[in-house]
Amino acid sequence: MKKIVVGILLGLLWGTCLAAQASSAMTVDAIVTRANHMALYQGVDSKGNVSMTIIDKAGNKRVREFSMLRKNSDDSDRNQKYYTLFKRPADVRKMVFMVHKHADLAKDDDRWLYLPGLDLVKRIAASDKRTSFVGSDFLYEDISGRSPEDDYHELIETREKYYVVKNTPKKPESVEFVYYIAYIDKKNFIPMKMEFYKKGDRAYRQIEALQVDAINAEKNGQPVVYPTVTISVAKDLRNDSMTKMVFSNVAYNTGISDRIFSERYLRRPPRDAMR
Amino acid sequence: MRRLFKIDCFVLGLTIMLAIVPVCAAGQKMNAFLDSFAPLEVHGFIELRGGMRTQNDPHAKDISVMETRLQADLYTFTDWAEFKFKGDVWADGVTEKGEGDMREAWFFSRPYDFLDVKIGRQVLTWGTGDLVFLNDLFPKDWQSYFIGRDSEYLKAPSDAAKIGVFNEIVNIDLVYTPQFDADRYITGEYLSYWNAAAADHAGQDAILHADKPDRFFQDDELAVRLYRTISNYELALYGYWGFWKRPSGQTPSGTAIFPGLNVYGASIRGQVAGGIGNMELAYYDSVDDSGGDDPLIDNSEMRYVVGYTRDLAMDLNASLQYYVEQLLDYGAYGDSLSGIPARDEFRHVITLQLTQLLLNQTLALSLSGYYSPSDKDAYLRPKISYDLTDSIMLETGANFFIGEADHTFFGQFENNTNVYAAIRHSL
Repeated sequence: MKKIVVGILLGLLWGTCLAAQASSAMTVDAIVTRANHMALYQGVDSKGNVSMTIIDKAGNKRVREFSMLRKNSDDSDRNQKYYTLFKRPADVRKMVFMVHKHADLAKDDDRWLYLPGLDLVKRIAASDKRTSFVGSDFLYEDISGRSPEDDYHELIETREKYYVVKNTPKKPESVEFVYYIAYIDKKNFIPMKMEFYKKGDRAYRQIEALQVDAINAEKNGQPVVYPTVTISVAKDLRNDSMTKMVFSNVAYNTGISDRIFSERYLRRPPRDAMR
Repeated sequence: MRRLFKIDCFVLGLTIMLAIVPVCAAGQKMNAFLDSFAPLEVHGFIELRGGMRTQNDPHAKDISVMETRLQADLYTFTDWAEFKFKGDVWADGVTEKGEGDMREAWFFSRPYDFLDVKIGRQVLTWGTGDLVFLNDLFPKDWQSYFIGRDSEYLKAPSDAAKIGVFNEIVNIDLVYTPQFDADRYITGEYLSYWNAAAADHAGQDAILHADKPDRFFQDDELAVRLYRTISNYELALYGYWGFWKRPSGQTPSGTAIFPGLNVYGASIRGQVAGGIGNMELAYYDSVDDSGGDDPLIDNSEMRYVVGYTRDLAMDLNASLQYYVEQLLDYGAYGDSLSGIPARDEFRHVITLQLTQLLLNQTLALSLSGYYSPSDKDAYLRPKISYDLTDSIMLETGANFFIGEADHTFFGQFENNTNVYAAIRHSL
């Protein structure tokens, strides 16, 4: 009896040690890798409708609406393809923006723009990714993701709900911030808040996830759930402008064909993007 | 042979259309048929645009553009096809008439995985040049461009059938136009031009009339593009069988005509050193003057363009191109001239586009420039546009034509230099 009690106690102790080891074994790189996966790479493909409401300091409101298709090109959370069909405002309606994203830092993304009024397929120079996306407070890099390889990562705090990770760019001259702090949900690894800092630890821009929904999908015939940020807000703290992004009709693993991300579908959008 | 091939293509297009259009004979099926359409998307705009010449032109009005324009854009789709209509009507102060232009009226279907079909009035564009067209022989409207209409109007529509065939090896686009669609070239109606025969400028007092080939299925055009992408470098081969797109010859009695033209070319476009590079060439075979010794018909040409575009700073894009037109059989051309100013063997043109976006990309400052060191002429097109709201756009700009000689391509329009402004409300 005594032996059994000792055995159970030892077992419990061992288990606790293992658990402690496991949580301390969560290195900052592992956290960042999982956060990157959750933010950008869930499922083989995904699609949905995006509505961005841009509100400037004076309270003027502008609305951008588009549908977006995304497909991973590999299983290693690296290359991806994006297809964006604009629906609002009127002057950009039916315009298509397509990106073949290359995770390799030495390789620029390939980008195309289709202008329906002229039936023109334009190739766009891989510009500064820190440029505003459609005039909103979100940047291109916020939409298609900043590669974890671009930054040094440091776990500066572990809170009850969040891992707090400081990210410092490897090439500071290529970006407008000195560092940014990400608050990553400990349960699902979704980055819930990012604060960008200029010199002198001045926060000047932030992105916050306001709502995360569990999206049901199937993978290899099995039901899966993908926690997805459906409402987020980007704020420019210098000029008080903000953009609210709502992601609706989200679906994963619907079998988006690789062929969609080609000139043929730039000129005539696929039904997946139209509905 | 060529004719037969063109007709085959057209018949193929029609057959495909008939094969995929479901027949709805019975009346009670009509409602179900209508229910299969997505709700009609209705859009459009109303626009006021006014502009004037900055100098006196004895052959034209002071106003260069003055119009109130209404555009309607209707679109719907079903499981098997898409339908689009886009048309403009406007009151035109230059022609002093009500005008209309159906820009698009087409049906599109993707009946098989490997096939796209688009039939009807449509705007068509291909090739790699930035506002320079080599293998794109679809109709242009330089007149609208030069008087400061929206750049959308640079492309005039075609009445055509476009068939796209897609596979792993090479994609094929075939465009068959059963009745020749010419460019909307400068006639003197809106812009004065250099009339070589009269050795003088001409305008509304001498509207250029040309004898346009217009027999259905005989005076037709066929354009083909074969293309594929290798490591995201876009490669294409082109062919065109039709006519010079603006009057490029005359009859012995002096009537302007559109002689036959075949064009063969190739292009490549892709990433180069942090930007996008493009190269394109085209051989213009002036089939009605293959030896180049007919003074009444334009000679064959080679056309080349090499270009590069990249971002210089945040929201500042620049594009630079070098474009050359080489007149072939130049010796024969020189011998056949009788007193009128000779064209240079090589026409060199440098183009530059700069675009700066400001105020959350609602304000766009742009400059398009064409400069020809050989013709010693230039065309500059500065423009400012501002999105006051999501639906109201304000725009102002200018078209500057500068040239030493009266007969060069841009120089002849010197008296047409104009400034304009517009307001557009989109729905």
